[in-house]
Amino acid sequence: MYKKQECVAMLLAGGQGSRLYTLTEKTAKPAVRFGGKYRIIDFPLSNCVNSGIYTVGVLTQYQPLQLNEYIGNGQPWDLDRGQSGVMVLPPYQAKSGADWYKGTANAIYQNFNFIDRYDPDYVLILSGDHIYKMDYAKMLKAHKDKGADCTIAVLEVPLEEASRFGIMNTDDELRITEFEEKPKHPKSTKASMGIYIFNTSVLRDYLEADEADPNSSKDFGKNVIPKMLADGLKMYAYPFRGYWKDVGTIDSLWEANMDLVGEQPIFDLRDRDWRIYSRNTSEAPHFVGEYAKVSNSLITEGCTIEGIVENSVLASGVKVCRGAYIKDSVIMSNVTIGEGSTVNYSIIDENTVIGAGSVVGRAKASGEKIAVIGSDLSIKPATNIPSGEMVDAAWLANENKSKN
Amino acid sequence: MSAYGIIFSNIHDSHIPELTRLRTIASVPFACRYRFIDFTLSNMVNSNIYNISVITNYNYQSLMDHIGSGKDWDLARRSGGIKLLPPNITAFANPYIQNASNSRLDSLKSVSASLSRIKDDYVVLSDCDVICNVDFTDMIRYHQETGADMTIAVKNVEMTSEQAKSNVIFRSDESGRITEVIPYPADFSGEADISLNMIVMSTSYLNHLVLEAQTRGYTSLTRDIIARTSGYKNNRIYRCDGYFAAITSFADYYKHSMELIEKPWVRESLFNVKSRPVYTKVRNSTPTYYAAGSAAKNSMIADGCFIEGTVENSIIFRGVKIGRNATVRNSIIMQDTIVGDGAFLNCVIADKNAVIRDQRMLSGAETQPFYVSKGKMI
Repeated sequence: MYKKQECVAMLLAGGQGSRLYTLTEKTAKPAVRFGGKYRIIDFPLSNCVNSGIYTVGVLTQYQPLQLNEYIGNGQPWDLDRGQSGVMVLPPYQAKSGADWYKGTANAIYQNFNFIDRYDPDYVLILSGDHIYKMDYAKMLKAHKDKGADCTIAVLEVPLEEASRFGIMNTDDELRITEFEEKPKHPKSTKASMGIYIFNTSVLRDYLEADEADPNSSKDFGKNVIPKMLADGLKMYAYPFRGYWKDVGTIDSLWEANMDLVGEQPIFDLRDRDWRIYSRNTSEAPHFVGEYAKVSNSLITEGCTIEGIVENSVLASGVKVCRGAYIKDSVIMSNVTIGEGSTVNYSIIDENTVIGAGSVVGRAKASGEKIAVIGSDLSIKPATNIPSGEMVDAAWLANENKSKN
Repeated sequence: MSAYGIIFSNIHDSHIPELTRLRTIASVPFACRYRFIDFTLSNMVNSNIYNISVITNYNYQSLMDHIGSGKDWDLARRSGGIKLLPPNITAFANPYIQNASNSRLDSLKSVSASLSRIKDDYVVLSDCDVICNVDFTDMIRYHQETGADMTIAVKNVEMTSEQAKSNVIFRSDESGRITEVIPYPADFSGEADISLNMIVMSTSYLNHLVLEAQTRGYTSLTRDIIARTSGYKNNRIYRCDGYFAAITSFADYYKHSMELIEKPWVRESLFNVKSRPVYTKVRNSTPTYYAAGSAAKNSMIADGCFIEGTVENSIIFRGVKIGRNATVRNSIIMQDTIVGDGAFLNCVIADKNAVIRDQRMLSGAETQPFYVSKGKMI
């Protein structure tokens, strides 16, 4: 028997994140590293715990190995609990057949038995793709105060960008009157953040109906929400003020990393009352050497810095050799930057070694694009990697062939 | 083969009174984010010792706070795990408490009931003031193979007479059997095997010794047990190589902290030993931010810091803030301490949560660092 929970969170973490190219080749987008010592999924998980929600189902599908390993028993987020805690929910084979998750709504539908164990009054639907700090308890309170069936968190976006989002048109009471997916001529600037709170019974009814509908693509935004709206359910927008970023592209991932850097950064993680938790690596404190020069950068445990680092984010265990120069870059864990190498406006994924005297990327000021280097690669000394390149094993093989 | 760990958390508190006024020697902060006991606990866990008792006598709030459930060392376990053994205060007067001794043997006597319930074959006894990364598995195997009654880890060192005064010297025959014990010699210099205060013996022998000590009123492990029995028991030394830092004074604490910066091999042999990480309480600090205009070199720096000034040859703990145009040289700045704008620090050890106000100038010397106590504002 399980203890009743007022609210259960369901975290959609199955996304491939195909626009992150080589960075999500071997891992799901929520497991992509971020901000030196985090992964994207640390943000919604930490938000849950900090909001007092201790029952979280994580729905995985694409490349789940790293994600499963990372979440483990939920210990880093205090989610290793007897009566609740975090549970990874992969697609499974049922008596009636085996199915991948066909859409966001179908993923929740297939796991309603998990939700039912806790007999919750509310279900919170989250996505594992966004960087933000949000108190879901406040949103839940708004949901209850309004007596809503469904509450959708919305963010004010500039009018010119509104056509990239799902836009909620509301009345003065914030009740949603219309929902438009990527409208050409947006009537409002309230963009859906993909965060929903439903009354459990309402959600169950609509997911069952949606499942029975052969024409539905089993998606919250495309099917379930419009249907609820059409039926005249009480749906409210919950305006969120604060930093929120979809890190779905190389550019936005780079930007979000840089938003952490600064004396008064755009997105400040140093709030001790709203800590972001992550799995610990048991590495030694970092060491800055005799010839190091670090400015406007974030450095974390296990790093050894002997070179120059400017406007960059370095993850754990990064080695910057003497004479190396890193600028405007995001370096993920255990990367080695060889002696005398220059890395400019680049993202380098974990465990890659950049040989001595290499040149990676070009100065950001020159209007060039970000260079991306995949994980577990060994770049030979004195390699030149131009801006905008996506370097993976195939790229390197090709490069070697053209040289021979 | 299974072993049980027993850690003495108050032994030698008096060696560094500055840092142990509000804590046990086990919870003295070291190397940016560790406490002394982290090294002992990690050594045990990395040697598959998952049943550990930490004997505490007093002043152990900080230790309890640090260890918590033991989860960060994988020691939060249903069966076994870590256990803190505070003094056994009963409704009736307890002779061991009234004497308020914190010697190892008295501590063991006061927890004899707990010791008698140990089911593991061997016990590893360890203090906390020797910083090292060792594998106890090899030492226990050596103990088994030689059929010793007691095996004591030693290191062969060259000492001045000043250094020798705070050490226990063992003389042994060619086979490694202890022939003579010279505790804290008043006048000795030269090469000798000194005790690292890590001892292996069988659980039954430990219980036998504690019982004997209770009946006969013995109080010192070194004098009444090791030295007394060495004539007729098979007490052996086990020589260790590698890095060992015995912290026997405040100046020693400073010296060994600075070694972390000056000697790359010291960092390597403490923190980069394959398969033997050092664990500590996880604090979920953010990465450290280096502002434009900051200048840090030759320093070991933990996470969660905010560095705007200059840092040279220093050890900076978690959550420290170094203000604009401040200079911190040859110093150790502990957790959450704030160094104000334009302050100048040289050879300073600032304890936790201290505040050095803007423009202050503080300087000690290598042999006598200036100490700023916990929570102090200067």
